[in-house]
Amino acid sequence: MSDSTPANQAPRTGTAFWAVLRREFAGYFRTPLAYVFLAVFNAFAVSLAFFVGNIYEAGVASLDRFFLYHPWLWAFLAPAAGARLWAEERRQGTIELLLTWPVTVWQAALGKFFAAWLFLGCALLITLPMAFTISYLGEPDVSVMVSGYIGSFLCAGACLGIAAIASALTRSQVIAFVTGFLACFILVLVGYGVFDEFLNGFFTVGTVEEIRRLGLWRNLEPFTIGIIDLRPVAYFLTAAFAGLGLSAIIVERR
Amino acid sequence: MALIEVKNLQKSYGPIKAVRDVSFSVDRGEVVGFLGPNGAGKSTTMKLLTGYLRPDAGSATVAGFDVTENPVAAKAHIGYSPEGAPAYGEMTVREFLRFAAELRGLPAPADRVTATLKLCRLEEVASQAIDTLSKGYRMRVGFAQAVIHDPAVLILDEPTDGLDPNQKFEVRRILKDMAARKAVIVSTHILEEIDELCTRVIVIAQGEVRCDESKERFLKRGADLNQVFRQLTA
Repeated sequence: MSDSTPANQAPRTGTAFWAVLRREFAGYFRTPLAYVFLAVFNAFAVSLAFFVGNIYEAGVASLDRFFLYHPWLWAFLAPAAGARLWAEERRQGTIELLLTWPVTVWQAALGKFFAAWLFLGCALLITLPMAFTISYLGEPDVSVMVSGYIGSFLCAGACLGIAAIASALTRSQVIAFVTGFLACFILVLVGYGVFDEFLNGFFTVGTVEEIRRLGLWRNLEPFTIGIIDLRPVAYFLTAAFAGLGLSAIIVERR
Repeated sequence: MALIEVKNLQKSYGPIKAVRDVSFSVDRGEVVGFLGPNGAGKSTTMKLLTGYLRPDAGSATVAGFDVTENPVAAKAHIGYSPEGAPAYGEMTVREFLRFAAELRGLPAPADRVTATLKLCRLEEVASQAIDTLSKGYRMRVGFAQAVIHDPAVLILDEPTDGLDPNQKFEVRRILKDMAARKAVIVSTHILEEIDELCTRVIVIAQGEVRCDESKERFLKRGADLNQVFRQLTA
């Protein structure tokens, strides 16, 4: 092998992104954690809909009571899946390898983020029997169910963006998880009546209404009734990509 | 132009000046031994050279590419094994090397992996998770990912640290085989390694180059290398 082989040329843009994405995605399934995660997500998603949301007793062929609890689920599980993104690289010392290979921080961050988002998407797909069951029992509007799934997936991305920042800040997955969860948890609370009353003590009614717009459920709700509006789409994508971008900047400034 | 050119490199961590005004160059065929006490700035210099850290001042070029201005091109020419040879422990040796090959965009990555496994004598553990390997094998995995693309520049931070004499011999053998075609920097604590491995010696202490000379000249400084080392780094 001579030093002028193609091996010594910089790789094409995109190569590194796909390599990172594949490794990260496969990484979830290298440990039992992935299967535990998928099982827990599925169990909670279905049992919350049945036992708390009374989706069956409601007698309406719709998944809105199923999606109602998704912000809670993502607030907990997106940080669980996202905690390893950078924290694990720091703990193992592999961040020094990754960032001295011919890859930009942005390629690595994008690859990692989309791998994790894809994994959360798998968790969501596993709940599809829920939709089939409803279709079997009644005659739901399929387009409404599809828009609900799209909304939930976008909501997962928003929580993952927050989780990515938390993971970039520490070498401990536990700390990354807890801080990510707390930040997402606040976004879940925003928009619930009790929390609004708490905010009313500090802010004017107008300000509280503006804050309410930042709640996860407030933005997911239109999707669950079949409305794909620009505002909530922009909200979720902004949270996802702002989180992704900030995590990359944090890693770059190491 | 030399394969590695380092000019007036500086780096501080907060108030601590880890590297102050380090300059040197390394040509093809040279194996430079980086010597110095712990915390002298050896690892930091290597991290600056490989683009992991950004220098506060000064420049480093590798194969003609400035590490700060054109990092991806420079990094494509560098093979680097950080201290302790970190690796993704949950991956098997083969998966890990395959990832390194794919990320570097090497043509025929599977063939490269096979050739590298053979070169570094890792075939028998190729299907084992890296976490389950002994230290000797782990160090060799770190070495393997650094040479998989046959880089022009090889930078190894304590590649023989913690190895038994047989394993050290093995790493040195592989290194010697490829040294003629590359510019190599190896940091080490083991003074005896200089005679066996290096063609040149750079001693770093308190973030400064204290001595930069051929191995022959360095060895003539005194019969007791430990004594020489203490005087130079005092």
